[in-house]
Amino acid sequence: MSILKNAILSAIGTDATFEGRNCLASIDFCIVPRGKFADAARAMKKTNALLVAEWSADESPFGRGFGVFACYRWGAEYLIVKIELPYDDPIFASITDEFLPAYRFERQIRSLMGIVPVGHPDLRPWIKFEDWPEDAYPLRKTFKASQTMPRVPGVYKFVRAEGEGVYEIPVGPVHAGIIEPGHFRFQAVGEDILTLEERLGYVHKGIEKRFESFSWEEASRLAGRVSGDTTVAHSLAYCMGLESMTGCVVPERANWLRALFLERERIANHLGDIGAICNDAAFAFMLYQCSRLKESMLRINHTLFGHRYIMDRIIPGGVAADIDEDGKEVMLSEMKKLLKEFNRLVDIYEENASLEDRVRDTGILISEKAREMCAVGIVARASGLNLDCRLQHPFPPYDRLRVNVPVLISGDVHARAWVRIEEIRESVRIIREILNTIPSGGITAEAGIPAPDTSGFSAVEGWRGEIVYWLQSGPKSEINRCMVRDPSGVNWLGLEQAVLGNIVPDFPLCNKSFNQSYSGHDL
Amino acid sequence: MKILKQILRTGIVTEPLSSDVREAIKEAGAGLDEVIRKRFRGSLAIRHVDAGSCNGCELEIHAINNPIYNCESFGIHFTASPRFADMLLVTGPVTRNMEIALSRTYAATPPPKLVVAAGDCGCNGGIFGESYASLGGIDKVIPVDVYIPGCPPTPTALLRGILLAVGSRYPGL
Repeated sequence: MSILKNAILSAIGTDATFEGRNCLASIDFCIVPRGKFADAARAMKKTNALLVAEWSADESPFGRGFGVFACYRWGAEYLIVKIELPYDDPIFASITDEFLPAYRFERQIRSLMGIVPVGHPDLRPWIKFEDWPEDAYPLRKTFKASQTMPRVPGVYKFVRAEGEGVYEIPVGPVHAGIIEPGHFRFQAVGEDILTLEERLGYVHKGIEKRFESFSWEEASRLAGRVSGDTTVAHSLAYCMGLESMTGCVVPERANWLRALFLERERIANHLGDIGAICNDAAFAFMLYQCSRLKESMLRINHTLFGHRYIMDRIIPGGVAADIDEDGKEVMLSEMKKLLKEFNRLVDIYEENASLEDRVRDTGILISEKAREMCAVGIVARASGLNLDCRLQHPFPPYDRLRVNVPVLISGDVHARAWVRIEEIRESVRIIREILNTIPSGGITAEAGIPAPDTSGFSAVEGWRGEIVYWLQSGPKSEINRCMVRDPSGVNWLGLEQAVLGNIVPDFPLCNKSFNQSYSGHDL
Repeated sequence: MKILKQILRTGIVTEPLSSDVREAIKEAGAGLDEVIRKRFRGSLAIRHVDAGSCNGCELEIHAINNPIYNCESFGIHFTASPRFADMLLVTGPVTRNMEIALSRTYAATPPPKLVVAAGDCGCNGGIFGESYASLGGIDKVIPVDVYIPGCPPTPTALLRGILLAVGSRYPGL
């Protein structure tokens, strides 16, 4: 019996119904009465579980009302708690008091599904902008995806600080660099940041709604474009979610190739990030060196797998690109060269005092806060949390690969850079292990179509961190709901905390060390 | 010291243009260098605007700045403000939430206001299509001079498109 399941049973007792039909035994799934949602959250808090995601689904096609879901995690265990709400009375008790990240999840549930979290401290819209009609709830089935929405007058009320010498700096949505759009509002005194308020949603493309109009097979392409820099991990997470519903067994070789793609994506992005962090500390040398290494990796991706970012090469049931003996040779010698050059750069990074001065003790996210906001991935590991699904909830082939996960406790820009440095070295080692032990055989299987009214779940460690998908099939076996939780969905909150007390000119550096996805957040 | 050593060891890694780009420049007119020199005083300032992309195109726009493609060798550089930009390089689709910001950026750009739409989504909305949240291609909101398809377009395709856009506006020169 699992710890989370025990905790729910002892807190709620027989009112909680556990179902095996959903998520096919890979995780626990229970339905509790509407009034017990917050009790369940308290029970989870007591066991030190983390909130992974909270979302809602319109279940009117099944003749039900709305479903609200909260997914918790403790170690290797995941547990989803569901409540059902009648269509004409869509309210539930907020769990923001127990879990901080629920703050944004619930704002989003209210904005896009029109379900009210009672007791939530801040009901300003999120993702939905103030110029949308109040009653536009895109995730409801009654809302037509193709409609054009009129603009209505409205104002978004930013949090304001007052006092002598306090001033406000609005930044964005169009930023100075080549990055995605988002708005940051600083309250500052002199150079010191008093508060930072993020305002995201600019790149909301209606991805979750779009999923519902796609076939199961096409949807893996869309998943690959939730956040372009994480295309491999997102399409993998989607495909694993689907496969968990259909019971599809992916060929062994395909699993190993998936891991190979995932680790290559990790290295390429980390290289880019390390270069960009140093560049924001005015050390352009590193940017050019790292982007040179990254470019040569991308080119090898293109030669071997036909795409620089290995887009659309993970498909339901397997993979769409293979590697032959020559390819293995190419990659092994690439890894050798990469590691040699990279280590040389790391020496330079370590010995540069002026760089150290900028990255150390800047943008600290202390461990307690990282835990409170349920941070994941690099951000969590740089702040003392040992979290990595490759380790704790290993998906094949990571159940057979040894993964060493670097964890630092200082939580500053340096820690986030250093976690990436260690991870590059580790990924090089993993790639070598994969190339040396990859089994032979086929690379695709029939993915199949899920039965009506079932759900699937997957968690994949992308380069930013844990990506979670929750899929639900409709009465005609179509996609009824696809919930996407990019690591950015929770980690953006960490940036707001990390910059407090820092100076405004260090913000770009802090931001770069987090490097969260706007697109993956806004969906 | 190690830095200098590494710089010397690396040398110049910038590649000469691939043959298809050279062709494209020839197509665009032999006087292209002339255009950049005369019209833009040897430097073309580009303001990148992400109007809703998945950030895949941004990766490749970063790549044209890397030492291998080294777009600065053509006098192309990216600027922080639209107010001194000659060209907007826009990735899409245009989301409803970015529509106003994009129009304002366009309004803030001085003439000649060249606009290049990058990526399949920038060209026609791509996989995101048109919906309540996505308006589709860039030309739904501002006029576009050159379209660069691709998901994402390769760095070479981007460079070619940018150079073509310059040529397209001043064919006679």
